[in-house]
Amino acid sequence: MTRLATPQAAIGIRLGRRRRRTDQISRVLATAATLIAMGLLAWILFTLLRLGIPGLRLPVFTTVTKAPGDNGGLANAIVGSILQTALGTAIGTPIGLLAGTYLAEYSGRSAFGGAVRFVSDILLSAPSILIGLFIFSVLVAPFGGFSGLAGAAALAVIVIPIVVRTTEDMLRLVPITLREAAIALGAPRWKTTLLICYRAALDGILTGVLLAVARVAGETAPLLFTSLGNSDYAGLGSAMASLPVTIYQYAASAFNDWVQLAWTGALLITLGVLGLNIIARQIVRRR
Amino acid sequence: MWMQPQANPGPSKLQSMSQGQPISSITPATPRMAIRDLSFYYGANRALKNITLDLPDKKVTGMIGPSGCGKSTLLRVLNRMFDLYPGQRAEGEVIMDGENILSPDTDLNALRSNVGMVFQKPTPFPMSIYDNIAFGVRLHEKLDRAEMDARVEWALTRAALWGEVRDRLRTPAAGLSGGQQQRLCIARTIAIRPEVILLDEPTSALDPISTLKIEELIDELKREFTIAIVTHNMQQAARCADQVAFFYLGELIEVAPAGQLFTAPRQKKTQEYITGRFG
Repeated sequence: MTRLATPQAAIGIRLGRRRRRTDQISRVLATAATLIAMGLLAWILFTLLRLGIPGLRLPVFTTVTKAPGDNGGLANAIVGSILQTALGTAIGTPIGLLAGTYLAEYSGRSAFGGAVRFVSDILLSAPSILIGLFIFSVLVAPFGGFSGLAGAAALAVIVIPIVVRTTEDMLRLVPITLREAAIALGAPRWKTTLLICYRAALDGILTGVLLAVARVAGETAPLLFTSLGNSDYAGLGSAMASLPVTIYQYAASAFNDWVQLAWTGALLITLGVLGLNIIARQIVRRR
Repeated sequence: MWMQPQANPGPSKLQSMSQGQPISSITPATPRMAIRDLSFYYGANRALKNITLDLPDKKVTGMIGPSGCGKSTLLRVLNRMFDLYPGQRAEGEVIMDGENILSPDTDLNALRSNVGMVFQKPTPFPMSIYDNIAFGVRLHEKLDRAEMDARVEWALTRAALWGEVRDRLRTPAAGLSGGQQQRLCIARTIAIRPEVILLDEPTSALDPISTLKIEELIDELKREFTIAIVTHNMQQAARCADQVAFFYLGELIEVAPAGQLFTAPRQKKTQEYITGRFG
């Protein structure tokens, strides 16, 4: 057919034009939005690299924070961050793992399970400064002082709901047939969960834990009221420095060398979190 | 009911002969499992109605019938799989070795080690081929390294898989083909030496070649195990089963030797089903 004989065909052409235009507009909008989002991210990273790299020298890792002009480093903050993050994760992960396991394997559709899930989700989105204040009121004020332990506890409270959610989600992805297959061999319930379900969900759970670590490694607010900060190395029992809190204090200072250290510290946290994310992705991709 | 002389565990042949009676008439096969007046409920919904059926020792019982007729439900009663789900319950008796396995006192893990089950879709565990077999064995027995190696080889050989996997026992089972995975699941089940093996449409997810291998395997396995197989494939039931039970809407319509059920069914419903008039 060479000519458009019917009115319907003409309408079809008009409709086609309109659809194409709609398609073009939405494509432009989506591309623009992507560019804005990616552009902002690139801008942040570029600024971090531009201002952070000049301060990236060995003494940053070997010297503790000092008075302005004294060539201080970030060693105590780095160690403090690692210790508090590690301890917070070590406390929060088992609790989150077991609670997530309860929700996925044992709670069924019980009201209690629903309540636990609800509270955990609220905790997940609670402002972290609230968690800092909470730990301040139960661990810092009553026991007479700021401490790395209190900081770790605050971080643990943030870790728990993240691990609960990923553990439950990942265990629910394990097919029911796999559980039945294990039980059909005469495996008790707990062995099925421990040896089959955890193994099947391992990558996802591990990824969740790593993402939780990445999240708490950059948290400032929960540490402000708990571990406070320290100008030297410190044990977990006393006030303890951390990278985010040091950045917070130094970035707002009037001293150029402190501001420089703040940028360098920010770069270090970003690289650390980036590294953890890459590891998490690698784990997922290994499957 | 179709009967076959069995040396064991009924009265010995010598005993029977000394009493001067023909063997076949007085030494019926003691059924490995005897299902008596079994009803099953999903909540208020009655899915099985007063089923009475014997699983003869070291024979293959085929279970056929349209979807939803209760044949898979029946299998899941025989190893108490339904216990996992609240709201499901069975009434009646299933007698095995003189005990009613539906009794609340039944040790479920021991029962399931004695009544193995293979599912419709292959369900390899996320571990190596070797560990897939060893997992079940370790649940019930303490074997040393050499004994476990021997058991794994024994089970894989029985499942006609040994030759294909002997060089990669330590690789993940997920790397096997679907047919191989299903034979692995059979190997895993027989490795713990059950008396009864329940097969729930074991070949419905497999290609024709793999299906053939599994059917040959079933023929081999019935020398050692009592087998119940649910299938949608009537040719498969005719090929594999010694006796066939036809279910419809939760009722056992007819049970007969395979040859008889498919050529001269006694019930009209059976005839209609096997001639493809419904289902």
